[in-house]
Amino acid sequence: MTTEIPETARPRLLKGVRTRFDKARDTWLLLAPERTLELDAVAAAILAEVDGVRSFGEVIDTLAAKYDAPRERISADVRTFLSSLVERRMLEIDVP
Amino acid sequence: MTQVSAPRAGPRIQVPMAMLAELTHRCPLACPYCSNPVDLVRRSGELSTQEWVDVFQQAADLGVLHLHLSGGEPAARHDLEELVAASTGAELYSNLITSGVGLTEARLEKLAANGLDHVQLSLQGVDHETADLYGGYKGGFDRKIAVAGWTVKLGLPLTINAVMHRHNLSTLDLMIDLAVNLGARRLEVATVQFHGWAEKNKAALMPTREQVQKAGEMVHAARQRLTGVLVIDYVPADYYATYPKACMGGWASTSLNIAPDGQVLPCHAAPTIPWLTFDNVRQRPLKEIWTHSEAFNAFRGDEWMQEPCRSCARKAVDFGGCRCQAMALAGDAAATDPACSKSPLHADLLAAAEAASSTRDADLTYRRMPALKQPARTHNA
Ligand code: SF4
Ligand code: SF4
Repeated sequence: MTTEIPETARPRLLKGVRTRFDKARDTWLLLAPERTLELDAVAAAILAEVDGVRSFGEVIDTLAAKYDAPRERISADVRTFLSSLVERRMLEIDVP
Repeated sequence: MTQVSAPRAGPRIQVPMAMLAELTHRCPLACPYCSNPVDLVRRSGELSTQEWVDVFQQAADLGVLHLHLSGGEPAARHDLEELVAASTGAELYSNLITSGVGLTEARLEKLAANGLDHVQLSLQGVDHETADLYGGYKGGFDRKIAVAGWTVKLGLPLTINAVMHRHNLSTLDLMIDLAVNLGARRLEVATVQFHGWAEKNKAALMPTREQVQKAGEMVHAARQRLTGVLVIDYVPADYYATYPKACMGGWASTSLNIAPDGQVLPCHAAPTIPWLTFDNVRQRPLKEIWTHSEAFNAFRGDEWMQEPCRSCARKAVDFGGCRCQAMALAGDAAATDPACSKSPLHADLLAAAEAASSTRDADLTYRRMPALKQPARTHNA
């Protein structure tokens, strides 16, 4: 199940959900209530751009430029990942 | 039980993910299924603020990520705000496990300002009547509802923690609705475990097989209906299951508990295994305890296992089940958990559970501190 995310919507991590670099395990993590997600390079790169200010479209643009990848592919990756966080109550999408 | 193998040949020591800090055993409630030991630690024996702060830092250095601030009732500690600040300072993810009693809106605001990450609030029932009866505290329900409101208003994630047993398991649907209405992001449904005080109340609390099955169906349906609204974690009763629960993801592999007096336990029920000896943070650094403590090494890995676990393919999945339950029911902490259908004791366990679940009008024993010798001194928060 993938949530519809309009390009103008602003994704943001909910309070109590945060990323952190873990030295002991040498990886980026997403910490949430009773959950620890290990972030791979793609997931970490996506969350680095999600700040609650920039829109979904802007996040995709930034990533596409940064990683020199086709916009559609980036868009699909970001959508899938962010939807999975919405389902887990870790992220909200503010639709203007 | 054989001797623990030398560190070299022993099982791999992992980096722990979580630490449960039982800040105090004091609690205004008196739940008859409390998981605290029957032998409660008194206030005078509790670690000081500075000692806890130091332990939090040691835990973070060890690689712990999640810090669960628990009790008893952690709000009974007047230094809770300071302890949360220390947790934040150590970069730990702090989770307050509370009954709600003892919290005010001002206190919660202060906790949030000091970096509290998550609030986990227990509900003993879906209305005044059941909640106050099973919490053993009049007015508790109203206070809990208020705490839920303040938590959500502050934007903090709220988990409702519901302990279910024979008398409230059929109201699980109402509990799920209540959690949604309160604005919880997560609901933790735990079927009562018969350790600690619950052991004394088996006859009164044991759910029936039919209830357990229905509860499983309710959870399944609710998860589908509420995807993106409420995350539901469910710990089913293991008495009627085919295989036991995976104990803590493996003994001494992912988490540790600190008792109010600084004893370091592989799990909250570990002191029910009489031959285990525990180290104390007052005497030994946490890292050394995690690595070398006899209690931690006793069931690390799978060297200690007996048949049928030893040659079972599921041993990497459930680790032979619960050590404390094996102790309580088989009289041997290294035995196969009798909740497993492969255990020779399983049939007896099942029969006993079914018999207990059909007991009528059994009285409840509420948890309490043992009576003091000198009646003039009390230890109330
Ligand atoms: S025999 Fe042991 S390892 Fe196998 S399923 Fe039962 S408890 Fe688990
Ligand atoms: S040994 Fe039993 S009581 Fe202790 S953590 Fe494991 S499952 Fe729980």
